[in-house]
Amino acid sequence: MDAKSSITFTLNGKQTTLEADDDRTLLWVLRTDLELTGARYGCGEGPCGACTVLLDERPVRACRTPLWQVAGKSVMTVEGLAQDGKLHPLQQAFIDHGAFQCGYCTSAMLLTAWALLAENPKPSRPQIVAAMDHVLCRCGAHQRILAAVEAVAAQASRRPS
Amino acid sequence: MNQPVMPGRREFFLKMGGGIVMILAADAPAFAQQRRPYPEDLNAYLVIARDGRITVFSGKVEMGQGILTSQAQMVAEELDVDLDRIDMVLGDTDRCPWDMGTFGSLTTRMFGPALRAAAAQARLTLLDLAAHKLDVTPDRLQVSNGVISVSGDAARKVSYAELSQGARIAHVVPQKAVLRAAKDFKRMGQSPRRLDAVEKVTGGAKYTADMRLPGMLYARILRPPAHGAKLIEADTRAAEALPGVTVVRESELIAVLHADPEAASKALARVRARWENPPTTKQTPENIFDHILAAKGEPRVIQERGDPGAAKPAKPLSAEYRKGYVAHAPIEPHAALAEMHDGKLTVWASTQTPFPVQEQIAQRLKLDPKQVRVRVPYIGGGFGGKSASEQAIEAAVLAVRTGKPVQVARTREEEFFLDTFDPACVVQIASGLDAQGHISHWDYTVHAAGERGAELLYDVADVRMRSVGRGYYESTAAADSVHPFAIGPWRAPGANMNIFAIESHIDTLAALAGSDPLEFRLQHMRNPRMRRVLQAAASAFGWKAAAAPSRRGFGIACGMDAGTCVAVCAHVSVDVESGEIRVRRLVCAQDMGIVVNPEGAKMQIEGCLTMGLGYALSEELRFAGGRVLDRNFDSYPLPRFRGLPKIESVLIEDDTIAPQGGGEPGIVCTGAVIANAVFDASGARLLQLPMKPERVRAALAALASA
Ligand code: FES
Ligand code: FES
Repeated sequence: MDAKSSITFTLNGKQTTLEADDDRTLLWVLRTDLELTGARYGCGEGPCGACTVLLDERPVRACRTPLWQVAGKSVMTVEGLAQDGKLHPLQQAFIDHGAFQCGYCTSAMLLTAWALLAENPKPSRPQIVAAMDHVLCRCGAHQRILAAVEAVAAQASRRPS
Repeated sequence: MNQPVMPGRREFFLKMGGGIVMILAADAPAFAQQRRPYPEDLNAYLVIARDGRITVFSGKVEMGQGILTSQAQMVAEELDVDLDRIDMVLGDTDRCPWDMGTFGSLTTRMFGPALRAAAAQARLTLLDLAAHKLDVTPDRLQVSNGVISVSGDAARKVSYAELSQGARIAHVVPQKAVLRAAKDFKRMGQSPRRLDAVEKVTGGAKYTADMRLPGMLYARILRPPAHGAKLIEADTRAAEALPGVTVVRESELIAVLHADPEAASKALARVRARWENPPTTKQTPENIFDHILAAKGEPRVIQERGDPGAAKPAKPLSAEYRKGYVAHAPIEPHAALAEMHDGKLTVWASTQTPFPVQEQIAQRLKLDPKQVRVRVPYIGGGFGGKSASEQAIEAAVLAVRTGKPVQVARTREEEFFLDTFDPACVVQIASGLDAQGHISHWDYTVHAAGERGAELLYDVADVRMRSVGRGYYESTAAADSVHPFAIGPWRAPGANMNIFAIESHIDTLAALAGSDPLEFRLQHMRNPRMRRVLQAAASAFGWKAAAAPSRRGFGIACGMDAGTCVAVCAHVSVDVESGEIRVRRLVCAQDMGIVVNPEGAKMQIEGCLTMGLGYALSEELRFAGGRVLDRNFDSYPLPRFRGLPKIESVLIEDDTIAPQGGGEPGIVCTGAVIANAVFDASGARLLQLPMKPERVRAALAALASA
């Protein structure tokens, strides 16, 4: 049997300790043990990106991330985006631009955009396309997703730094 | 499913408010397919609680198309209440009126009138009750957000909630309410914030696989390596030896269950099964078209006028068009969760057909359908692929056998393997030009796609349209099926192929006549709605007349689907070295009659055009007999951000036409318009979808050697 061990990491800003088998996968730990279902299963192997979460502010495929890899690190899921009941500007922009249809890819799109803007607050259109291209959307919300991310980037760049 | 019959050109008229509104029934079978009529009793559709909140019941499901919001708008409009007072209950077989399923772009045009009528009748009835209570005649009353008051004496008032007392509205008024005229709309025709918006951006939206019940087990099911494979033996002992594993074997169904989904997957990997495989050589992507053309089956004549056989065109033009299998590939795979409790089985499922699924489950488990409740949470994309919902039956059987709540959620590999694919198909067209450069005749045969979208809208005297095979209705289990696996309805089923063939052929005829493609279409098109969308798309695009190939890479195509008229212009460029097509811009004009939610309608158009890029350019299933070789998105390329064209949409609002379909029409021209633009860019005519680079290179090479 796999060894159970204790693992500690920061989840959406809160320190979290779990007893879990070493070889568990982050996606299933989030979705079952922690009941954070905002990270979705789409393909389980890497190509779709629906399971994207942020590990130390960088997007990773939760379906390809073994639990031991997050020890001592910080994990952010879509549930951690809104602060004190207030939507993050990206969430608001997604609503304002109608940047989702079925919504199944939306968590991953938001987190991918968040990481892009954290690293590069004023991305060009091709940079946005390149970053967002890691997540698939079957409903064809792409154009509006790009518009939403662009709008938030424009807001940010108008703000005095 | 749709009746495979094309009606004559009939139109239904419906009296609405002061004016006559026309419900176009170019596809009357879609209207007939609702096996049971919607209920007459308004209480089946809504209840007004004591606190004034209104709960609306609809058997339709939300899979991204925005009907959660648009249906609420309809009720808000007819009932005169604000949208935020409405709670929607969708796809719950215990609570909602019976419904065949969410497909065919029928929600707005078929269920919509019933829902609006119920809300309008509720308003009329409440006004009558208020008139008694306030002791005035109903014509002196006015309504504002669910409060009825006397005009000019606003202090005399009563609310809907006070009148209904949270109970069903038993009072009956003799007259039938008329639906509100479009010119008086306050809440329809608007684009309010979607009711699912906050849940979907916060991760709070629950899809079926997100539902949790205490003690639930996750099931993984043994699947054959190929369709048509027969199980010889399965040894489950090694799986059973793992702690916490339950194995269920019931004839064909072998499942391993565990409280942890990953442990269930590991246990399944330990099941040793031997299969007798079917030959992998029977059907292949290369020979499937021969199989289709060789299939026996009487062609059915769907449309016929004049004598196309007698035509002697000055310039004949015949061609054969092809398309391979396409997967639905919603990002959410099929999922279900079932629980048996006190003799009642509740099944949450990502399905487009909750009521038929309820019957299937009852049948399979020999239960009274009343003992089975199917509920549909949010769906992560359907596109027709979740009309078939075997996973709900599997979960139900496993829940009953284990006595525990059971989740069945497909892996991506299962989702590809078990998909009901858009069928490979062939269209043959014989036509030509007469001495004046007009279309001489039209002899059209569609094989295996079905005839949706195949009717010729152009003004040609001698026409015959035939359909061979049953398209997506074809039985899948039958050993003699031409298809090696299940096929089924895929967004605007049949229409994508038929319109690709028709509009490619019309375009080639225009080139043969030396005419501008738009001009040529208008010359042969009398239908005023189609003329209007063609002109609107062309004008928004900035179309300038020139015969193709003009080397600009401009294309145009049009079609009618689900009562909606649509035309699209495209600008593409073709890399002659690599054969790569780059779509730069798509402009779509759509006439869908009265528009309930303009922004929602545009989102559907953009979604359709984006999704359509896949069947047009890249999506074609790889298989060997019953083996499905594509197992994940790495080898099956969906449209993505890279390469996305600029998409613009124009809505032609026509208040004299009842609301028509919006979830599918936007996709039907995508293959054709890109093929026509590629022809304009390069002179090469692509006859097969998808237009992969190797096919473009082959067409260019053929052109060069001709
Ligand atoms: S589910 Fe992780 S990449 Fe698709
Ligand atoms: S909105 Fe449905 S997959 Fe993106």
